[in-house]
Amino acid sequence: MGQIRTKPDSQIYTFEGFGTDKFPNFMLRGAGNLRNWHIHNYEQRHEGYEALKKALKMEPASVTGEVKASGLRGRGGAGFPTGLKWTFMPKDTDERKHTRYVVCNADEGEPGTFKDRAIMEYNPHQLIEGMIIAAWAMQCSLGFIYIRGEFKWLVDKLDAAIQEARDAGYLGKNILGTGWDFDLLTYRGAGAYICGEETALLNSLEGRRGEPRVKPPFPATKGAFGQPTTVNNVETLASVPVILRIGGAAYAAIGTPNNTGTRIFGVSGHVKRPGLYELPLGTPMDFLVNDLAGGCNSGRKIKAIIPGGCSSPMLDEKDFDCPMDFDAMKARGTMAGSGGVIVMDENVCIVEAVLRLTRFYAHESCGQCTPCREGCNWLEMVLHRIEHGAGKPGDLELIASLTPRINMRTLCPLGDAACGPIDSALEKFRHEFEHHIEHKTCFVKGAKLTSAMGVH
Amino acid sequence: MNHPLPPETSDRPLAPGQRLAPSARATLSPGCVREIQALATKYPDKLAATLPALYLAQADLGFAGLEAMKEVARVLEIPEGHVFGVATFYTMFHQKPVGKFHLQVCTNLCCALRGGAQLFEKLCARLAVTPGEVSPDGMWSVEEVECLGSCGTGPCLQVNHEVYDEFLDTAKLDAVISACRQGNVPVWGK
Ligand SMILES: Cc1cc2nc3c(=O)[nH]c(=O)nc-3n(C[C@H](O)[C@H](O)[C@H](O)COP(=O)(O)O)c2cc1C
Ligand code: SF4
Ligand code: FES
Repeated sequence: MGQIRTKPDSQIYTFEGFGTDKFPNFMLRGAGNLRNWHIHNYEQRHEGYEALKKALKMEPASVTGEVKASGLRGRGGAGFPTGLKWTFMPKDTDERKHTRYVVCNADEGEPGTFKDRAIMEYNPHQLIEGMIIAAWAMQCSLGFIYIRGEFKWLVDKLDAAIQEARDAGYLGKNILGTGWDFDLLTYRGAGAYICGEETALLNSLEGRRGEPRVKPPFPATKGAFGQPTTVNNVETLASVPVILRIGGAAYAAIGTPNNTGTRIFGVSGHVKRPGLYELPLGTPMDFLVNDLAGGCNSGRKIKAIIPGGCSSPMLDEKDFDCPMDFDAMKARGTMAGSGGVIVMDENVCIVEAVLRLTRFYAHESCGQCTPCREGCNWLEMVLHRIEHGAGKPGDLELIASLTPRINMRTLCPLGDAACGPIDSALEKFRHEFEHHIEHKTCFVKGAKLTSAMGVH
Repeated sequence: MNHPLPPETSDRPLAPGQRLAPSARATLSPGCVREIQALATKYPDKLAATLPALYLAQADLGFAGLEAMKEVARVLEIPEGHVFGVATFYTMFHQKPVGKFHLQVCTNLCCALRGGAQLFEKLCARLAVTPGEVSPDGMWSVEEVECLGSCGTGPCLQVNHEVYDEFLDTAKLDAVISACRQGNVPVWGK
């Protein structure tokens, strides 16, 4: 057993009014207390494993029904209804008995996103309980938690928590006398952003290179080790015990219609109090950024906000009031994504910010399909020369002709993700790019965002 | 599965012209072999043991060079080509030696907004190393990495894949370096 994290955590997890009916605390109970993760704390202080006991008395189909009624949508990025996803799993028939798997996506690689980490750090049992309930609903025999390689101490912590759950009879053979067997395994990735994409994750879980698969077949038909599999995000699965405990209808009453419940928003960049804030869906973004996170830390005006992890198109001033839910964000031309809100003040050179993100995508492209592999590198090259004062007239048209050849033409959504920041920046901050090309220098005087060393 | 290519031999480099740094030992320690063998039955398919086995081999031999890859293939009885492909796909398997303290700094956007890029430059200057190299005394190596999932507490630094140092500034940077010098941080692979 490795070392369990001992360093204090300086993250902010709470705000005034958090934990009341208006801002319920479902996901961050005990966050900040490094001893909170033990099973006795979870059982005694946070109503732990009550939902599981309730679920195991229900028919698997009615557990799925409850999740459907809650309106829970996936917190991993796409916002797909979780209950519906679960129904895609094939049922056993007389001719064919399936081995089904449930997989938790704990890859958390999207820049701007740091929420799953807090759940695993402080409430690993909530995730474990959610996975057992999900497995019961879909009648899975084994579950995997795929964690990014950098979170080694969290792998150790989850292994310890899983053992606690096993000892308490929540995992293993004949769980709580139902005659049903289920167990969990952790799997440590090895530093590839693309392994967050669900089919790449499954390949990686099978010990292969993390390259996305061609869909169909979808994971529900042919997933991990060729068996029907459902992949869900950490936060999605950790919401399931809450739903079972308070009831689907009560959960659906939180948030806005079609965008129910709470989610953890991570605020980073130029704010006074960066941190994790759990809020009902549909809370306006300026409330989060200005009231909770304290507004811009430099005292300057905020120029742009990336609302849902770096893959979501950026917003300018006129959209800072956008309600943070899947549908409202979509209506404004962006995505709620993974809930990572990145705030940039007036001194940020948008060209350089976009260059940094594009470099990330070019580096993380798995190289399987040409539009993404070649396109991202081209975009990086063109942006690089614009940023470094060697841009040519016509470069912006070149970029505008490149992105439609990547967007929606790739095997997995990484290609689309790479286009989001560029397209939105060109649309909203075109003058900065033009300034760069014309004057060979930045429009603003902020600190550099890329280091001179700049190699991977 | 039958591998269509003939098995790689040790005198043939991984790719034309690319010779990997040699490991001090050609074989894994018996303890490591046993651990890898135990992994083979842990997952529904033994191929799934590739990544965890590579981690073990990397810790045992210091880095995931050609010897480590070949050993993993041999112990798990899986094609060498598969292991090479996997080991070179993921960035956390190092194909050449790293320093006793391998320092990784996130310079992705959120951290960069809070000075990550400047801190990385400062770190390189302070330790007199460039990315991809090990300092002459074998102590240090540095790497610029993508988002570490610490965006709200960035800039962020990770030593030897262990817990993070967050809200990094010049003073913290010095504290991390001196903690390493004084032996308060486990060295690479331990
Ligand atoms: C390039 C890429 C990276 C992704 N990274 C993550 C990730 O780190 N964590 C995650 O939960 N989902 C990630 N996703 C989304 C997953 O593919 C998938 O939609 C999600 O795990 C489904 O879970 P949910 O239904 O609970 O949201 C990523 C998708 C893409 C295309
Ligand atoms: S879009 Fe990029 S990351 Fe996705 S499969 Fe194609 S090359 Fe790989
Ligand atoms: S951007 Fe540095 S940790 Fe996320």
